[in-house]
Amino acid sequence: MPDVNRRKLLATAVAPLAAGMVGRAASSDDKFKVAESSRAKLQKRYFPNFELTTHEGKKVRFYEDLIKDKIVVINFMYVKCEGVCMPVTMNLKRVQNLLGRRIGRDIFMYSITLKPEEDTPTALKRYVHAHKIQPGWTFLTGKPEEINTLRRSLGFKDAKAKLDKDLTNHTGMVKYGNEARQWWAMFPGEANAPWIVECILWMEGPNAETIPEAGQSQPKGNDSGHNHSKVRNKG
Amino acid sequence: MANISKRNRRREREIKNAAKNRREIIAARLSRRDMIKAGLLTSAGYLIHKNGLSARAQFSGSDCDRRWWDGSGGNGTPVSPPTTPFVEPLPIPPIAQTVPALSPAPTVAPNTAAGEARTRNHQALTTLAPVKFYEVHQREQLISMHPELPLQRLWTFNGTAPGQTYVARYGEPILVRNFNDLPNDNGGFGLQSVSTHLHNGHTPSESDGFPCDFFGQTKWYDQHYPNVLAGFASSHPPLGDINESMSTLWYHDHRVDFTAQNVYKGLAGFYLLFNQFDTGDETTGFRLPSFPNFDIPMMFNDKNFDPDDGSLAFDLANRDGILGDKFLVNGKIQPFFEVKRRRYRFRWLNAGPSRFYRMYLTKSNLTNHPFWVISNDGNLLLHPVQTTTGLMMGVAERMDVIVDFSSFAAGSIIHIENRLEQCDGAGPTNNILAAGQGNKMLQFRVVSDPVTDNSVDPATNPTFYQVPTRVTERIRRCFKFDRRNGQWVINDKLFDCNDVRFRVKRNTAEIWELDGGFDWSHPVHVHFEEHQVLKRNGQTPTLIERGRKDVIRLGENDDVEIYFRFRDFVGRYPMHCHNTIHEDHAMMLRFDIDDVGNNNENDCGFRR
Repeated sequence: MPDVNRRKLLATAVAPLAAGMVGRAASSDDKFKVAESSRAKLQKRYFPNFELTTHEGKKVRFYEDLIKDKIVVINFMYVKCEGVCMPVTMNLKRVQNLLGRRIGRDIFMYSITLKPEEDTPTALKRYVHAHKIQPGWTFLTGKPEEINTLRRSLGFKDAKAKLDKDLTNHTGMVKYGNEARQWWAMFPGEANAPWIVECILWMEGPNAETIPEAGQSQPKGNDSGHNHSKVRNKG
Repeated sequence: MANISKRNRRREREIKNAAKNRREIIAARLSRRDMIKAGLLTSAGYLIHKNGLSARAQFSGSDCDRRWWDGSGGNGTPVSPPTTPFVEPLPIPPIAQTVPALSPAPTVAPNTAAGEARTRNHQALTTLAPVKFYEVHQREQLISMHPELPLQRLWTFNGTAPGQTYVARYGEPILVRNFNDLPNDNGGFGLQSVSTHLHNGHTPSESDGFPCDFFGQTKWYDQHYPNVLAGFASSHPPLGDINESMSTLWYHDHRVDFTAQNVYKGLAGFYLLFNQFDTGDETTGFRLPSFPNFDIPMMFNDKNFDPDDGSLAFDLANRDGILGDKFLVNGKIQPFFEVKRRRYRFRWLNAGPSRFYRMYLTKSNLTNHPFWVISNDGNLLLHPVQTTTGLMMGVAERMDVIVDFSSFAAGSIIHIENRLEQCDGAGPTNNILAAGQGNKMLQFRVVSDPVTDNSVDPATNPTFYQVPTRVTERIRRCFKFDRRNGQWVINDKLFDCNDVRFRVKRNTAEIWELDGGFDWSHPVHVHFEEHQVLKRNGQTPTLIERGRKDVIRLGENDDVEIYFRFRDFVGRYPMHCHNTIHEDHAMMLRFDIDDVGNNNENDCGFRR
């Protein structure tokens, strides 16, 4: 059902914004370029098509291969981080468990390193193994200046220049969205995992009536404060 | 959960000290001259940026010069296409029209089978039965925000943005059937899932527009607005406490995580409430200027437009607060408004997304025209308060003002001007720009038509409502707003719609202490009940802030003490930052009102 649902939504919703759908007042005819599709604008503005390398050593294009037509969850981290990375990674593992096999099939999780100089694909792979992260969640590295551009354009920069340079202060916020539907928002990476799952599942569509499949393994105990495995059936 | 780092604690102490120093300056009543002599103030009136005085000092500098779409929301170089100011008149949103009946008829239980998305029963549909019915369709509409820009694809209530104005009366409950007819293609931002909040009605929870009571396309939701005074079923039966009367409310989308996008796209409007004193007729009651000719709602927004194609642009990478370089009133960029030589009531609303305003009336000779503040957040004050030093407004704050144009010659020009400097979403610098150097919102043009004016002269010091009597509070709760690795926390906890942080016992009073974090300013809003501001940073609040409110401006490290009396209805409500970008990044908590209550969040130790 989720697959069908997603295909249906993607098919109906993405009628590109034909030129001229943005109406024109008579006096503004000559002044402005014909509006390109909003989706193309978002891609240019926020989703550069940089080449990245996965923890498995595979070369991928950020927009074309990772974002386009997908429901995605994106955060930034680095292997030797002693601050917010570890609690966020552990929490996202709970999220992955709750979403089960859907991760890697119709929902994709990406963690991009903030220290591409030291986080080689091998180092990321070791991290994945050490933390027993399941398939479907990809760790990524790339050229430092491109990673920095990507971080800023995706909204992971701090408005305060000083804080932005302080890696220990890097944000624990996580971006989630549906590229085709042009839906983008963020959740705090340390929020209760079942709540995060609800947020991610909204990306299937406001009318998606979805109960996640039982996870491969439910999180042990109740360390997130809540343990709703069912997502409310919102209209 | 991790604690705030040591570094931050040190910083926090430094800021506490800065705030203390500033308070001492105020307490010592240092004059301007004293301060300039002491090197604390420049002759232009700016507080010297000095460590220990301004907590912002170390961040000042280049923050004002950023591109709008790189997440910083900077207001440096304008990026929007140029537009000629004051070429179109101020649009007045149309008044909502009733329908004779709704089919199917409203039901107490959600009519799920017919497509209603409500999840809980109406609490008061039979006891406060609606006497008027409305039908509203949220849909896309092409709208001009300025003649030199293309038409914009806005999301509207029944085709206008701002939406239609509801004109309601105490004692006349209404029911609005609210349809989601939004299109599949959002044009780049916005979620086709909505929850319409009536800010800040005494509304049962299931009709309040709680952020997580959202509904998708093709669904509808019956919202029952009883238009009833607080206390009607508790302290002041059967009609409620007249001193809890409200006047200027607004409604807006409140969809969790997507409020900023949906409201920026147009989903907001006015809801005016009249009664036997605030009648809308200047010959009766309080004799406030007559509606609609001399009683004018004004919704302020700042927005950005794509420099290439002129379309409305929302920065999806912004986490801190979006600042626009175009200023709109009632959906038009810099309109003009012709006024007669008499008194007007303007209902000012800062509808966001993020900016703080300090509004002045600037005459063509760059001096200020004084005006009267009569109402704060929709609550008429005890008496009008005259201001010559500008009027602060955070997002969602409403200020009703009386402006007297009778002293102006026909042909005079006056501007509503925001003179508060703000460089990023974190908050204003608190520098006041020189007259004429701020953001001009709207141009008044005084016309020569002969005119009568039967409205009350605020200079005669009329009395409106008393501040409602207080009873002993059941509990004192304390809330510290902070930011941990970019994640907003309230008392060190993160938001979850399903997490009831505390329970208020119905028909009891509470005192809350709100403590702002460092470096950030927040307009904090609590749904459902108006509160009284008891203390701001230990001091008695100003005459304008002293009455009832529903939005508290928490400047850097401010401590504010407020009093509530939660009455009549039960259910879920939020407290959240109304900088809609902060709100969408989970700066929110949920509390519930029930008949038991609990004592959570009552640890006030951090303040002592």
